[in-house]
Amino acid sequence: MQAKKRYLILFSAGACLILLLYFGGVQAPLSRRNNRRDDHSLRGYNGSPQWPHFSGALQPFNPWDQMETEEYNVHISPRQKREGISGVYSGRHCRMESCFDFSLCKTSGFKVYVYPLQKGEKMSESYQNILSSIESSRLYTSDPGQACLFVLSLDTLDRDILSPQYVHNLRTKVQNLHLWNNGKNHLIFNLYSGTWPDYTEDLGFDIGQAMLAKASISTDNYRPNFDVSIPLFGKEHPRTGGERGYLKYNSIPPYRKYMLVFKGKRYLTGIGSDTRNALYHVHNSEDVVLLTTCKHGKDWQKHKDARCDRDNAEYDRYDYREMLYNSTFCLVPRGRRLGSFRFLEALQAACVPVMLSNGWEMPFSEIIDWNTAAVIGDERLLLQIPSTVRSIHQDKILSLRQQTQFLWEAYFSSVERIVLTTLEIIHDRVLQHASRSSLMWNSHPGGLYILPQYSSYLGDYPFNYATLGIRPPSKFTAIIHAVTPLVSQSQPILKLLAAVSKSPYCDQVMVLWNCDKPLPPKHRWPSTAVPLLVIEGESKVMSSRFQLHDTIPTDAVLSLDEDTVLSTTEVDFAFTVWQSFPDRIVGYPARSHFWDGNKERWGYTSKWTNDYSMVLTGAAIYHRYYHYLYTNYLPASLRGLVDQLSNCEDILMNFLVSAVTKLPPIKVTQKKQYKETMMLQTSRASRWADPDHFAQRQSCMNTFASWFGSMPLVHSNMRLDPLLFKDQVSILRKKYKDIERL
Amino acid sequence: MSCPQSLGITLNHTRYRSFYARMCASGKYTSRGPALIPRMKTKHRIYYITLFSVVLLGLIATGMFQFWPHSIESTAEWSLDRRSVHDAPLVRLPVSSPIPERGDLSCRMHTCFDVYRCGYNPKNRIKVYIYPLQRFVDEVGVPISSTGLSREYNDLLSAISDSDFYTDDVTRACLFVPSIDVLNQNSLRIRETAQALAMLPRWDKGMNHLLFNMLPGGPPDYSTALDVPRDRALLAGGGFSTWTYRQGYDVSIPVYSPLSADVELPEKQPGPRRYFILSSQTAIHREYRAELERLKEENGEALLLLDKCSNLSQGAASARKRCYKGQVFDYPQILQESSFCVVLRGARLGQATLSDVLQAGCIPVILADSYILPFSEVLDWKRASVVIPEEKLPEMYTILKSIPHRQVEEMQRQTRWFWDAYFSSMKAIGMTALEIINDRIYPYAARTYEQWNNPPVVKWSSVNSPLFLPLIPPRSPGFTAVVLTYDRIESLFRVITEISKVPSLAKLLVVWNNQNKSPPEESLWPKIAVPLKVVRTKENKLSNRFFPYDEIETEAVLAIDDDIIMLTSDELQFGYEVWREFPDRLVGYPGRLHLWDHEMGKWKYESEWTNEVSMVLTGAAFYHKYFNYLYTYKMPGDIKNWVDAHMNCEDIAMNFLVANITGKAPIKVTPRKKFKCPECTAIDGLSLDQTHMVERSECINKFASVFGTMPLKVVEHRADPVLYKDDFPEKLKSFPNIGSL
Repeated sequence: MQAKKRYLILFSAGACLILLLYFGGVQAPLSRRNNRRDDHSLRGYNGSPQWPHFSGALQPFNPWDQMETEEYNVHISPRQKREGISGVYSGRHCRMESCFDFSLCKTSGFKVYVYPLQKGEKMSESYQNILSSIESSRLYTSDPGQACLFVLSLDTLDRDILSPQYVHNLRTKVQNLHLWNNGKNHLIFNLYSGTWPDYTEDLGFDIGQAMLAKASISTDNYRPNFDVSIPLFGKEHPRTGGERGYLKYNSIPPYRKYMLVFKGKRYLTGIGSDTRNALYHVHNSEDVVLLTTCKHGKDWQKHKDARCDRDNAEYDRYDYREMLYNSTFCLVPRGRRLGSFRFLEALQAACVPVMLSNGWEMPFSEIIDWNTAAVIGDERLLLQIPSTVRSIHQDKILSLRQQTQFLWEAYFSSVERIVLTTLEIIHDRVLQHASRSSLMWNSHPGGLYILPQYSSYLGDYPFNYATLGIRPPSKFTAIIHAVTPLVSQSQPILKLLAAVSKSPYCDQVMVLWNCDKPLPPKHRWPSTAVPLLVIEGESKVMSSRFQLHDTIPTDAVLSLDEDTVLSTTEVDFAFTVWQSFPDRIVGYPARSHFWDGNKERWGYTSKWTNDYSMVLTGAAIYHRYYHYLYTNYLPASLRGLVDQLSNCEDILMNFLVSAVTKLPPIKVTQKKQYKETMMLQTSRASRWADPDHFAQRQSCMNTFASWFGSMPLVHSNMRLDPLLFKDQVSILRKKYKDIERL
Repeated sequence: MSCPQSLGITLNHTRYRSFYARMCASGKYTSRGPALIPRMKTKHRIYYITLFSVVLLGLIATGMFQFWPHSIESTAEWSLDRRSVHDAPLVRLPVSSPIPERGDLSCRMHTCFDVYRCGYNPKNRIKVYIYPLQRFVDEVGVPISSTGLSREYNDLLSAISDSDFYTDDVTRACLFVPSIDVLNQNSLRIRETAQALAMLPRWDKGMNHLLFNMLPGGPPDYSTALDVPRDRALLAGGGFSTWTYRQGYDVSIPVYSPLSADVELPEKQPGPRRYFILSSQTAIHREYRAELERLKEENGEALLLLDKCSNLSQGAASARKRCYKGQVFDYPQILQESSFCVVLRGARLGQATLSDVLQAGCIPVILADSYILPFSEVLDWKRASVVIPEEKLPEMYTILKSIPHRQVEEMQRQTRWFWDAYFSSMKAIGMTALEIINDRIYPYAARTYEQWNNPPVVKWSSVNSPLFLPLIPPRSPGFTAVVLTYDRIESLFRVITEISKVPSLAKLLVVWNNQNKSPPEESLWPKIAVPLKVVRTKENKLSNRFFPYDEIETEAVLAIDDDIIMLTSDELQFGYEVWREFPDRLVGYPGRLHLWDHEMGKWKYESEWTNEVSMVLTGAAFYHKYFNYLYTYKMPGDIKNWVDAHMNCEDIAMNFLVANITGKAPIKVTPRKKFKCPECTAIDGLSLDQTHMVERSECINKFASVFGTMPLKVVEHRADPVLYKDDFPEKLKSFPNIGSL
């Protein structure tokens, strides 16, 4: 027995050995070669030796003779080629070059026309919001002859046949539009397309050469640089303004209670069910909480599977909102369609979206660099998602999270933002070389506040000095708004002129003559150290003081009323402060706003308060770009109101700047006899003493707030003083001594 | 004994072979061995020992063969010491050999790319395999390509094989690069090349294969992507149009200019150039040449229109010359004399001229409708070029004139940087293409826009603050006061009592830095309304004060020394309010300044009452907890240890750190100059001590050299309450108790 066993062992060991040797033998030649390869590297091969780095005489890939001759083979005239393009590339191959008529945008720029409403057409609330957003924007035109882009008044948002919002007979309705022109230069908005069970992306009518602004669009159907992918939004999505992001502070370490959460429906059958069905594999009910429910639809019981009851029970244990606010990452898996509501919810909640939606063209992917605000996962690698998100460094989480908030507020927080972003993307394509750069779109304050016609150079805007590594401007231009005739040599305007022009930072003084009396002759103006330029306002209205005159040579502007009393020192100090805060308004007298709970409206106060949210632009330093924004970004209605009242221009400017920066203005020290005391002596005194004046300002504020959709003003508690201000040291040691002298 | 069977199953999976063999051997040894050995007779012992050692030796040998780097496919009998292309094995393609399908236009990474091959890996790096070189010929022995392996493709493959993307293990590869050179379609026989591709052992419908092509199409209609049928293979192509480019799948690469290797153009400083617009291409369609001539007539000297020199013979030399009316210019040197250089489409969209132009630091004016610019997936071409539709050629001059000067200079710098980083060699081009694919597979580890696009000089001088969102945090979470103390208990308790009066104080954290002495008993501590925690440290180090303790739950931290007793509650509360408006800055009370000492030629520390401030002392300062984390884990160089060793300057180090990463100055709040109790003037005297000042100056110089720059920013302002010193009833002021010096 023992012998038998021994032989058996011997035999099997022998067999094993033979096998081993056999395989070893197969390997042997290889290993020999490997050894030789090593010898090569020892002999001074460059780097690792795997590719033999052929050194012999190889031919160039593009021999000279070929290069010389072949380009002459072009027979087709490029012009003919260009013209042929639109015929060849249409439908699914549409691009701006082939399906868009740029010539329509030449005459009056990028204007958008909305078809008049047709009687008896039902329209969803969301589509009404879209249309009214366009109509209240600066791009709107009511004249189709001026239009570059056309938007239908037929509701195309919901193209799910089973939906109550579905508009029937669109095909004929669209074909009957006399401006339709096979969809050329038309933009069609769509949120839902297709229906159960396959949810195709077909809209159910022929869109011709129209562009699509569509939610849940797949990379397959998306025509790059032609269509626009928009986010899916619900009917509760506010028309304008919109809530701010939920991020209130950047906690360190940035981890929240949960690492990754999801709560949503699970589809038992049909398209899009695979990913959600697999989620439970990753769920650990501790920091990765992925919940699904089968309980939706009429006959869920019929299809229910083995996991349903367990899933449903787990599902009910957690509150969605609580999870959303307390999670670092939020899973955004595809639903029936590629996009889902979870996406915007996560974005607003500063919960970094983890995308699991293969083939979804991300919203506004043309301009947004989503890698900076989301984690793009792959449905095929679901099981790796937890380890992937855990491997993301805290610093990265911190920046992803802040970027979600920036993007939410810049492009997604309201229907208006979504629509304007869509239009501006198309606008950029029309502007071509003069369009916004990626940096403008992806950094604060975002593309909607950057009007590229102002400049294509980022350094001309006040927002990016630090990221570009350039210094803020070192000189300013003073603009004095003159409304009273020049009669005496002791008039405040002349004192102001002298004081300002003495500043070493002053590059030029401009007097904007908005007085009804004719321009005084040149010799009446004092001689100054810097060039003095007197220009006559064209329309002599209030807003003209914020017009961007080409004659402003510097980026910094010191805006002044003619009756302002300022010393050179005060100006100097304010300007050095502005250099630290080049995107804000830096000024002297400040005002504040408050919410009047009784009257349910905003209140305005000029009383001395412990905080402020506006500084008067009768004496303030800011970047000249705000002149451009004031004139070109704000709607004519608001500017008209200011001109009509000859009031509130400063409030509007403060609204604008705070809406852009999301920060308060900056108040600096001044001598105390400013306006409050001085103005009584001047002609405009009446304006300030007038109780109507005050009431006007109050109502202005409420008008402005309603246009902005929310109150952009932000309060500040502090004032900036020179370092030794009122300190008990010798006044001789102080640089800005005059500020303390009365 | 089932070993042989289990081995038989795994025969094809070489990877598992040794594993199974070992299992088999060791299984036998462990399960049976122990039972047998005790009963063994001596004569059997030798037998068993021999048996055992033979098995062991066998195992070792197998192990060695298995773990030696090798590739299975390279059994394709071709050894590496033959470095001539002609020695590569010859492969005959049968006529009936299968042809791949034409590329599928709807291919995307999630449909046509097998991501499982790349897998999860902690380095987030894909592995690239290169097929060994073979010479493919058809049945009659004619090669499939007229050039064979070109110099450029050899360079490219060499670069890949030298990079950390490379693997020689075909089973571990995520991406496969054929050694069949398809850079220039003109030298290829399309059908045979396709057949050769399909013959590659891992071709598998082209899945995860990457082809490099720079010159696609051929006469007469020059298609914009390689015409070789290639199944699902990814294409890194030069000259894609928007209709052939599969966004997010293909990679658009430049057309390599061989001049780059021959000519060295020194980098030229940005600035105005002799010519405004230069056209140097030789093969421009006559329609466009006529348009250019017209522009030249209108704008004269600003334009320079060059063409081929008619009197020169063909060949490499003529490629280096250009002529205008008999005047001969050196090419590409002449490109450096112009601000803008025209890059017009030829028969193909991609032009090698683009590379020359970038190298010269000339801004390319690209007129090639529907062209997908090289590496456009990651490069922001708006910063380095002007793209004008072909039909707007007549307006070119006006368009270019409208570009601001400063932008022109920035673009000039940018062009050269693009060339240096992404165009300069086949290696640069190949690595960039692989980097882009790598970023798609590991998007969460992708390089950022700044990394791709900012030239080193911008990267160096610019700052991207980690707290970039403009956010004024709510008042309610309050702040955590962190008091660093050693043994001054009396003074510490006074500080605690004072701070506890501040309304927004959320928590008090005492960092007990004395290892020899225990903190006082709980009952002895002042009774305060907020939680008070004591952390005992292991070592008496200054850096303990900046540790991101878990106990700090607010984002605002007030660092305060145990002898700062004179700050009033109003002053502290106001400081917190100011910090809320500037959460990314240091907001502190005592301010200091750095100055350049011209005599000594180095930095000097200044603590006098000055008109400027560039640092605030962290003896009393608010800051974001993020900076604790930065100080502890991201402090550059040896600064942290240096501070701990010298027991000084932790505050200066913190100021450097914050200013360096945010590019912003600190904010000094309130006029207060005295912080310690009057009776402690002795200590004050110490800190004014001359040696102290010398030490502090030394710190500044040391830190400036570690940071490689002086990050501190000087400002002339401080923050006071809005109504500070205003003629206004004190009781109506929010922060009346401010200002005693």
